[in-house]
Amino acid sequence: MALVLNDEQAMIREAADGFFASEAPVSELRRLRDAGDTTGFSRDLWKKMAEMGFAGVLVPEAHGGSGLGLVAANLIQEAVGRNLSLSPFLSTAVLGATALAGASEDQQAALLPKLAAGDLLLALASDEASRHAPHLIRTRAEAAGNGFRITGTKTFVLDGHVADRLIVAARTSGEDGDRDGITLFLVDPKSAGVAVKRASMVDSRNAADIRFDGVQVDGADVIGAVGEGAAILDRVLDAGRTCLAAEMVGVSAQSFSMTVGYLKEREQFGRKIGSFQALQHRAAQLYCEIELAKSATLKAAQALDAGDKDAPLYASLAKAKAGAVARLATNEGVQMHGGIGMTDEFDIGFFMKRARAAETSFGDLSFHGDRLARMLGY
Amino acid sequence: MAEPLETFRGETRAWLEANCPPEMRERVLEEADVCWGGRNVRFKNDAQRLWLERMAARGWTVPEWPKEYGGGGLSAEEAKVLAEEMRRIHARPPLSSFGIWMLGPALLKYGNEAQKKEHIPKIVRGEIRWCQGYSEPGAGSDLASLKTKAEDKGDHWLVNGSKIWTSYADQADWIFCLVRTEPDASKHEGISFLLFDMASEGVSTSPIKLISGYSPFCQTFFDNVKVPKENLVGTRGKGWSIAKYLLTHERSSIGADFGSAGRDTAAQIAKKRVGTRADGALADEGLRVDLARHDIDTLCFALSMERVKDEAKAGQDIGHLSSMLKHVGSELNKSRQELLMSVFGSDGLLWDGEGAHDGDMAKAWLRSRANSIEGGTAEVQLGIIAKRVLALPDA
Repeated sequence: MALVLNDEQAMIREAADGFFASEAPVSELRRLRDAGDTTGFSRDLWKKMAEMGFAGVLVPEAHGGSGLGLVAANLIQEAVGRNLSLSPFLSTAVLGATALAGASEDQQAALLPKLAAGDLLLALASDEASRHAPHLIRTRAEAAGNGFRITGTKTFVLDGHVADRLIVAARTSGEDGDRDGITLFLVDPKSAGVAVKRASMVDSRNAADIRFDGVQVDGADVIGAVGEGAAILDRVLDAGRTCLAAEMVGVSAQSFSMTVGYLKEREQFGRKIGSFQALQHRAAQLYCEIELAKSATLKAAQALDAGDKDAPLYASLAKAKAGAVARLATNEGVQMHGGIGMTDEFDIGFFMKRARAAETSFGDLSFHGDRLARMLGY
Repeated sequence: MAEPLETFRGETRAWLEANCPPEMRERVLEEADVCWGGRNVRFKNDAQRLWLERMAARGWTVPEWPKEYGGGGLSAEEAKVLAEEMRRIHARPPLSSFGIWMLGPALLKYGNEAQKKEHIPKIVRGEIRWCQGYSEPGAGSDLASLKTKAEDKGDHWLVNGSKIWTSYADQADWIFCLVRTEPDASKHEGISFLLFDMASEGVSTSPIKLISGYSPFCQTFFDNVKVPKENLVGTRGKGWSIAKYLLTHERSSIGADFGSAGRDTAAQIAKKRVGTRADGALADEGLRVDLARHDIDTLCFALSMERVKDEAKAGQDIGHLSSMLKHVGSELNKSRQELLMSVFGSDGLLWDGEGAHDGDMAKAWLRSRANSIEGGTAEVQLGIIAKRVLALPDA
């Protein structure tokens, strides 16, 4: 497949860029943060995103979605990155919808239309360690009644404080770090024994620590097969990683564009600072790095859409590279802005905060470098 | 839609199967395995000669050049199929030359009909070996300050001056050369693009020995060399645009070289030499991290090459990416050689020994250091990106 956008995708990019720039620019992030908003995003915006077909971008048309695929989801997420727009897009439209792709027909019929309409929020409760370790699942689900009883603690559950349903990875057999024996469950956070503790993160997004204390779930709440949840979980994570990579490309590109703009404007020693070679070469280097990250990210989305067997490798590649690049781009952005870059009044700091949070989510450069080396046979 | 292309693939596969000698499907191990053509061509064996003749007869030494000048006349899609089918059987390129990589594309764009008819077919068939007369002792990164002059003597140009870093000048038949024809014009305006025979009276070459021990470059001297008037390409005094166009080609082909698949990655080589732990991970953890970082960039670079090709095919402007590809490609090849030196440890330090390949590693490492100097230094590339792509202000 050609590594370019087709006409439909180019239109989606244009629509997404226009939409987020006008509906959810950086000033909106600042407003929500300053208001101490505990939802963490505007529900009106999410409704509009549903009307645009964004919420259902990964939901098949048969279930009321637009079924456009991950390349389209990436373009939406890249626009989100440029504008630092706050919404439950990643948790619900990407992670949630991808998890439900592995669910039963009944589960899909019950949940997907609501998701696409913007009426159902989902959150993935999988991580238990502060450094991403996807199969390190200590939360146990023991057979009880006509279902299971779940006990354990999940951390860094993105949008877990507002989700209508949690997708919980729990262990039904095996040892803590095993890939086998993980099962995915749909859990209503209002069930007895669920305790949700919201925390606001450095990037003004919300994540929750969630305790499950003998929470009773029905057999019908299992997603996929018992003990085989890792296959679905890995797909969900790879979709999330790829979209995060796209978001970080957006973060990098916007931060870079603001920085280059500043280099052309700011004068010191009687000249534009952008005329100094020390800064020119760093900017040019950064330009190269961002182009590299773009290529990897598009490839990862295409490979996942096509069900390519190398898709996990490309997902790791994109996440690793885009993460490193976003960190560099935003660090350089702050540095080149000088003192003003350290002020809360100026937007560049928001980009640096988001870059760090996005890189930390679902594996950073070290994690994905290791995973990639393993997949390449060393 | 895809069917004619699949027919082409079938025919190409069958033709290659029948015509590519088995010796030409083996890995390139040494300089003599690469065929550079020219008047004094020395084929390593009959297979190499046969392979060049057969490919040249179809114009497949330059698959996408127009048929009327001896090229293959293939579409970009067909050329891609040919490349894939050649890769499939590990077929070597039948011919390597600066005529193919640099001069040909510039002549096709800027040359007149007579020049194309005269020179292109000989490039296609590997009959004439070209060298590039660009840099001068006083004009490296600041190429446009070159001083070699060509005076208009009515019926001929009289060339005086000298060039440096002329690759294989001592083995080349002709040179494409940047000369100053308008001494009073501004630095970029007075340059012309001239072609002449290296056998002309007054041309001499002197090889330069490098840190690698090799002498691929020469200093080249011109002492009252007479060049026919019709050998000037394009417009007199406008040679700088041709020079830049050609450098763009050189830059993307240098980049392309480093992205090439088919050779073992540094990590694969490391696995064989350093060994693995029980879980399959490389035994040396620090080296493993370095290799993974290198592979991340190498894969991203290969995908960027692919993206740029596809964007060009889709009609998008990709001009701004050629400096980026050259820069990243060069840095990656240097990093690969540095990593291989680490993988080889003290074995990598061997310079001369009993084995046929003793010293290869160190020499390849030393050779790679030139990657970010030749064809425009890394600093020049970054400067071009800063100025032309990012439009940062002049000093």
